[in-house]
Amino acid sequence: MHEVLSKKQLSPNVTRLDVMARRIAEIRQPGQFVIVRRGEGAERIPLTIADADPAAGSIALVIQAVGKTTRELVALNPGDAIQDISGPLGRPTDLITSGRALCVGGGVGTAVIHPIAQGLHRQGVAVVSIIGGRSKEWVIFEEELRKLGEVIVCTDDGSYGRKGFVTDAAKDVLAAGGVDCVYAVGPVPMMRAVVAVTKPLGVHTIVSLNPVMVDGTGMCGGCRVSVSNETKFACVDGPEFDGHLVDFDLLWDRLGTYRAQEQESMARHEESCRIGLEKPKAD
Amino acid sequence: MPDRLGETESRLTRQDYLNVSTKITTKERLKIERQAMPEQDATARAAAFCEVNLGFTEKLAMLEAQRCLLCKEPKCVAGCPVMVNIPRFIQFIANGDLAAAARSLIGDNALPAITGRVCPQETQCEIECIRGLKGMSVAIGHLERFVADWAYRHASQVVTASPQPTGKKIAVIGSGPAGLTAAGELVKLGHEVTVYEALHKPGGVLVYGIPEFRLPKQIVKEEVERLQQAGVKIECNVVIGRTYTLQELRARFDAVFIANGAGLPMFMNVPGENLKGVYSANEYLTRVNLMAAYKFPSADTPVIVGKRVAVVGGGNVAMDAVRTGRRLGASSAMIVYRRTKKEMPARAEEIHHAEQEGILFEFLVAPVEILGNDQRWVTGLKCRRMQLGEPDASGRRSPVPIPGSEFVIECDVVVVAIGSRANPLLTSTCPELKLNRNGNIAADANGMTNLPGVFAGGDIVRGAATVILAMGDGKRAAHTIDGYLKKV
Ligand SMILES: Cc1cc2nc3c(=O)[nH]c(=O)nc-3n(C[C@H](O)[C@H](O)[C@H](O)COP(=O)(O)OP(=O)(O)OC[C@H]3O[C@@H](n4cnc5c(N)ncnc54)[C@H](O)[C@@H]3O)c2cc1C
Ligand SMILES: Cc1cc2nc3c(=O)[nH]c(=O)nc-3n(C[C@H](O)[C@H](O)[C@H](O)COP(=O)(O)OP(=O)(O)OC[C@H]3O[C@@H](n4cnc5c(N)ncnc54)[C@H](O)[C@@H]3O)c2cc1C
Ligand code: SF4
Ligand code: SF4
Ligand code: FES
Repeated sequence: MHEVLSKKQLSPNVTRLDVMARRIAEIRQPGQFVIVRRGEGAERIPLTIADADPAAGSIALVIQAVGKTTRELVALNPGDAIQDISGPLGRPTDLITSGRALCVGGGVGTAVIHPIAQGLHRQGVAVVSIIGGRSKEWVIFEEELRKLGEVIVCTDDGSYGRKGFVTDAAKDVLAAGGVDCVYAVGPVPMMRAVVAVTKPLGVHTIVSLNPVMVDGTGMCGGCRVSVSNETKFACVDGPEFDGHLVDFDLLWDRLGTYRAQEQESMARHEESCRIGLEKPKAD
Repeated sequence: MPDRLGETESRLTRQDYLNVSTKITTKERLKIERQAMPEQDATARAAAFCEVNLGFTEKLAMLEAQRCLLCKEPKCVAGCPVMVNIPRFIQFIANGDLAAAARSLIGDNALPAITGRVCPQETQCEIECIRGLKGMSVAIGHLERFVADWAYRHASQVVTASPQPTGKKIAVIGSGPAGLTAAGELVKLGHEVTVYEALHKPGGVLVYGIPEFRLPKQIVKEEVERLQQAGVKIECNVVIGRTYTLQELRARFDAVFIANGAGLPMFMNVPGENLKGVYSANEYLTRVNLMAAYKFPSADTPVIVGKRVAVVGGGNVAMDAVRTGRRLGASSAMIVYRRTKKEMPARAEEIHHAEQEGILFEFLVAPVEILGNDQRWVTGLKCRRMQLGEPDASGRRSPVPIPGSEFVIECDVVVVAIGSRANPLLTSTCPELKLNRNGNIAADANGMTNLPGVFAGGDIVRGAATVILAMGDGKRAAHTIDGYLKKV
């Protein structure tokens, strides 16, 4: 059991939970994630370790409520508990050790960028972060990233920072030169767009892939992605890969595998929330 | 040298054994026919996940037990990888002393409720049974299951004494049959044992692979609880190689037993394998068994329910996957196997049950491509017909493709069940541990690896094998570890 210590709403649909996971807090590295199972009958889902406080023994999960499982997680309150957290999983980020890095975070991906930027900063790498959201209230982790270097905020509607997509800002920074490596995490279309910018420039780009996972240990093969035309299991070989070699179409397509079931799950969930029923539990 | 663990002490004295009388004559015994296992109706069960075999009643068990000739040199025992003293426990059943039968059996085999259900008896103990020479062998597996199930309901009559603590600490990696058996033996010997399991539930393949209709999860749960009561500590959600390294465990414990199984799924490497609707058997079965996807949406994890499911492979795993597909609601569930029925490695009972449930079989057929529509959902499996050629290294005749024989099996779910290999997650973080060519851990017959204090057994050493072999490894390694700890 992992107690929820605190909860903070970061944007209209993104919530930060700090939960007890002492061992993971001690040894986690940038780029690693955990697999969370809230309780009996719940799904196992991967979530990045956005931050950790080894002294308190806690890790930060930053969760975008997109479906039933994530909604149930963000409904937890301090004092509640998550039954299972396993990790830290995945390979740590391949951090450059000198020079200047551009970190691009879209939506909840910004929470994944944060530990990477922390790691780079610790190595003495100059960090420029570009983060974005629909409008001002959707921008997250700005303050934390400002501690690590320059931050360029973009909003789709121009309500805050620069108007436009993160890729537009990235183009400008890259055009100015002096970027040794790009780290891009966000929705698949965003990562694909960033790669489309960096590939012609030949700037090494690392992306974090988010396929559907079950065990997170390389046992099921459900998380397979194609990198350089080779099948890789994202949970053990990744989740970060060379963006120039990733088959984003395949990833995007496979992410849609359970769309019909996800919608059914959500509809049922909303219905039982509406009529105030507890969800029937399977064992 | 077969292993002799079956002869290690059980709580029965020689006197107990002699006290059991043989009331009926051999002639009378020979007249009794093999008792059939009561089963759920095949049509009803093809849609249900509850157990197919219902178990012997006491009467059936006693009748069946009387068929055993109590051979002086029982061939059956030599066929069992852990040398269960078969005539001894069977004789206790015949005499109605089930508590004694249970003590005898459990002394030889720590998980009889499981082996009684999943051992390939027809190629192990039963194939050697003398009664099989003329007619049907004694139903050793069914009797084993009967005694084990009785023992669960009468736990208080099967108690064992608690041992003297030794103060030694042992870490076990993996909670499959090898890890659980080793843990059980080690606490019996007075050691302190912590089992680390990567998943959220202990049991290994017994919980994530083998389906409910063959091995109810309640049985594994009770087995695990029994071990916990005996003092075994189990920590789930700990992935060795990630959460802790093997080196850290070696520093914190007096010995380590590695039993992390062979959980890396193999794919066919044919075009179309990443289409939606293509699963490894591991993923398909894990979703349904461990995550209870058959209860979706009341359990949260989904699985694609195919109308036509094609499963590639011919082993137990393939059989479990295809019968699972049928139960999820497929109107057609088919095995696609590149040899013939005779070469299928699956247990005879599973093949028989699958046939009863209306599973279709395409023999001498090998997939060359998985076909999909423009939304990249599976629509079919393109195959080539094969013929059997010369025997290969395993002694089985190897299939050779027939040119120009391509055809398409229409389906919307494809499950690849062509085997699994050693998962490198743990071993890749410990380069000094010696592996063999296939990536399995190199261990000697007693489970000893090249690292002092590090032992290994089960599928991680053997490659995908069987439950009882994994248990045998666990038991043997426990005794090797005990010997090692006495020396250091
Ligand atoms: C390595 C990794 C790190 C991640 N880190 C974060 C994070 O820090 N914060 C965050 O909010 N999200 C993160 N995600 C995504 C998160 O796991 C999914 O949003 C979540 O599983 C959705 O579950 P749901 O039931 O709420 O939604 P559903 O309605 O079930 O699904 C919504 C979408 O989420 C994806 N998804 C569904 N099930 C899974 C699954 N088991 N594994 C992965 N993706 C799935 C699919 O694309 C699906 O279309 C990460 C994913 C990966 C692979
Ligand atoms: C679907 C299926 C059906 C089968 N049917 C039969 C049958 O009918 N009869 C039969 O005799 N055999 C059968 N087998 C084979 C049998 O189940 C295996 O041979 C046996 O389970 C091997 O036992 P094990 O203890 O070595 O490993 P496993 O049962 O594989 O257990 C290994 C455990 O270690 C855990 N683990 C892995 N890596 C780590 C890590 N790094 N850290 C911590 N934990 C880890 C895993 O999660 C798992 O729980 C079947 C196998 C499958 C897959
Ligand atoms: S453990 Fe398996 S092989 Fe041995 S007697 Fe029992 S069923 Fe037969
Ligand atoms: S070989 Fe058959 S008849 Fe003889 S002891 Fe074994 S089970 Fe009984
Ligand atoms: S999630 Fe199962 S292999 Fe990666």
